[in-house]
Amino acid sequence: MRLLRYIPDDTKFGFMQYRRISFPLSAVLSVLTIVLFFAVGMNFGIDFRGGTLIEMQARNGVADLASIRQTASGLGFGDVEVQTFGGPDEVLMRFGLQGDSEQAQQAVVGAVRGAFEADYDFRRVEVVGPRVSGELVQSGTLGVVVAVLAVLIYLWFRFEWQFAVGAVIATLHDLVLTIGFFSITQLEFNMTSIAAILTIVGYSLNDTVVVYDRIREMLRKYKRLSLPDIIDIAINSTLSRTIMTATTTFLALMALAIFGGAVIQSFSLAMIFGVVMGTYSSIFIAAPVLIYLGAKVGGEGEAGEKTQASAQQAAP
Amino acid sequence: MLRFSTTKVVVMLAVTAFICLLAVPNLMAPDTRNAIRQAVPGWVPSWLVPTQAIVLGLDLQGGSHVLLEVDSNDLVRSQVATLRDDVRRILRETRVAPQGGIVAMPRGVQLRLADAADVEKVLPRLRELSQPISNAIIGQTGERNIDITTNGDSVQLTLSQAGVEERVRRAVDQAIEVLRRRVDALGTTEPNIQRQGADRILVQVPGLQDPQRLKEILGRTAKLQFRFMAEGGGSPSEVEMMPSRDSGGQMMPVERRVIVEGEDLTDAQPAFDQRTGEPIVNFRFNVRGAQRFGQATSENVGRPLAIVLDNEIISAPRILQPITGGSGQISGNFTVEQANNLAILLRAGALPAKLTIVEERTVGPGLGQDSIEAGKLAAIIGTILVAIYMIACYGLFGVMANVAVLLNVIMILGLLSALGATLTLPGIAGIVLTVGMAVDANVLIYERIREERRLGRSVISALDAGFSRALATIVDSNITTLIAAVVLFLLGSGPVRGFAVTLSVGIVTTVFTAFTLTRLMAALWFRTMRPTTIPL
Repeated sequence: MRLLRYIPDDTKFGFMQYRRISFPLSAVLSVLTIVLFFAVGMNFGIDFRGGTLIEMQARNGVADLASIRQTASGLGFGDVEVQTFGGPDEVLMRFGLQGDSEQAQQAVVGAVRGAFEADYDFRRVEVVGPRVSGELVQSGTLGVVVAVLAVLIYLWFRFEWQFAVGAVIATLHDLVLTIGFFSITQLEFNMTSIAAILTIVGYSLNDTVVVYDRIREMLRKYKRLSLPDIIDIAINSTLSRTIMTATTTFLALMALAIFGGAVIQSFSLAMIFGVVMGTYSSIFIAAPVLIYLGAKVGGEGEAGEKTQASAQQAAP
Repeated sequence: MLRFSTTKVVVMLAVTAFICLLAVPNLMAPDTRNAIRQAVPGWVPSWLVPTQAIVLGLDLQGGSHVLLEVDSNDLVRSQVATLRDDVRRILRETRVAPQGGIVAMPRGVQLRLADAADVEKVLPRLRELSQPISNAIIGQTGERNIDITTNGDSVQLTLSQAGVEERVRRAVDQAIEVLRRRVDALGTTEPNIQRQGADRILVQVPGLQDPQRLKEILGRTAKLQFRFMAEGGGSPSEVEMMPSRDSGGQMMPVERRVIVEGEDLTDAQPAFDQRTGEPIVNFRFNVRGAQRFGQATSENVGRPLAIVLDNEIISAPRILQPITGGSGQISGNFTVEQANNLAILLRAGALPAKLTIVEERTVGPGLGQDSIEAGKLAAIIGTILVAIYMIACYGLFGVMANVAVLLNVIMILGLLSALGATLTLPGIAGIVLTVGMAVDANVLIYERIREERRLGRSVISALDAGFSRALATIVDSNITTLIAAVVLFLLGSGPVRGFAVTLSVGIVTTVFTAFTLTRLMAALWFRTMRPTTIPL
């Protein structure tokens, strides 16, 4: 049987020469994202904004969005978002926070039940009060910050500091662009999205570490080559693995996005974006960043000695 | 890397088999699991015979998650009111008159006395009000619940921070007990009621048909009082105005004096009035309640007696004759369900403070079932896609990778069962993601073997070098993901936490299978086939 293989062996792509394109490109995209984030903003779900989310299913098979919108607006709870969700018989309604008090939120569910109970089944009701949503924002932000810091510390122990900083720059790059993805697509950003972001952080780092591991190995092996050449060799030798793993993860995520149901669709889509980003950033951001960070240190001699020493140790 | 001692192989296989065995209870019916649990003799350690199945999260089995918060302001208010009554009583008993009355403050009371002599006279008695706070863990804390300060001839009594916290803590404990009795009365299976943080209570009730009813039952304070209506009016210190259900929310005067309270009830049952057929609640008093009720009704025949629930007059029937039997009935234009709920609330007792719902998440059983189906389908299709792709790319080694991944998933399920972890929809997503990412370990190994082979190494030496070099990378790259997952677990809640658990467990099993099974399979292949080339 001939095995499938679309990345030829011994590729010799000069990835590092593209850093003059990839760096400005990523910088521009990051700035655009930040502008977009403040100009348009993300579609924060009720986890972070507080409010009421109600998912209903029409008993007769078809949900009449127009009449639902009219009835729901008439309930007097301010703006209502009404959209289909999953099948044509399913509707998702979102109400904003009702005042600052916790009790006031409860009135929404009662009123909506009263108005729609006859024709619709209530599949999901979520009410998040002002206090809890504030806390979720805090713990979500804290989670991402703590995770990045913890990984930074771990990488610092395992690698030289340049690698740790490089990995974090690449990770922040992915994080920022994922936020851009949420801003552009206006996918709902909720607690599950925080899970997606942290998993993207994990995946992106995983990918970066694999490339870094090889760069470190190559640094010991080829002492005469220039840093960009060494990095190119390392990336080329891990290229087929990078693409393979991205593909299998992508396949699994596609299955989730298509068949996993509407509730986790935004999670799956964000993850797919993150896998593409994580793969791109470990090659075009994390690796070339080492060139700049290494140059700044100017410790070519010191690093050389160090790699020489470890190369001797590693020699059989 | 490919040489294994027999002991090592046996241990590896035994561990793998055991972890897989942990997943078996998920295939059994709950009754079978119980039967096995009972059939196991006592001398066999319980972990040896796995009978625990994975717990499905509320988002998968349907149910309600309600987070309630004790209203500490409400508690402080009632404590201040009590304090004020106590101070008033002491002043009366010591015959000291305050200048300008007792002034209520946000967290205490203040009073100005005529001279220092009065202060001296009252102070010892006021000090008796201040109690030391004891703590279950360290005993006496040295702090007191009320701080008393004097400034010339004015005295200030303030509830201490520690005192308020202690009161909130006790209120949460009491409320949990009351809520448990109430939820149990709904007859649902395995509700989970637990304290969360300083002043919150989490109630999780799976598989509930009527979440609205749950909220009605959780949210009511259910403070029942019997008081006389003040038909002739009276001074504000003796009479207060309350809305009346009978007359459509109109404010009516009621005496402040309470004849009997809900805590003196021993039983309450929903019933129907024999004459009108309307739903009512029958109740019984304990001895003390029956005595007080009997006495009050004998002395006040002809007067309307208000039945007050949470500061609302439910009804105010006129007393036709003394009620000395210790039982009675509450009517108030109830529906059948309202009468049922009221009976449950009265039996379970009143909450020590007002509870506010700060978060609610309810998933209907329909959506839960749909989510399970969708999750299963996605998992199966995802696994098949990945498996086909792996075989297409790596042939025989792809098959080995797939065996490893499959065992991986079974071990994840086994560990989740044994840990008693909750499987949520994001948790299923975590498993599917693990399938995609677990093959990464095999990919790293195989690619490395190919590389070593291209560099001219022999079959055995390429296999050896491939494994030893790739495994270091696998550990490094997985630990970073594990760190992210652990942080997510520590900070997340509910479904997200379920995701973090499956992801973490998945990472651990992935690294385990890469080090053991994948290597073992390669070694086995090498030993039996004695290949001269590697089909990669």
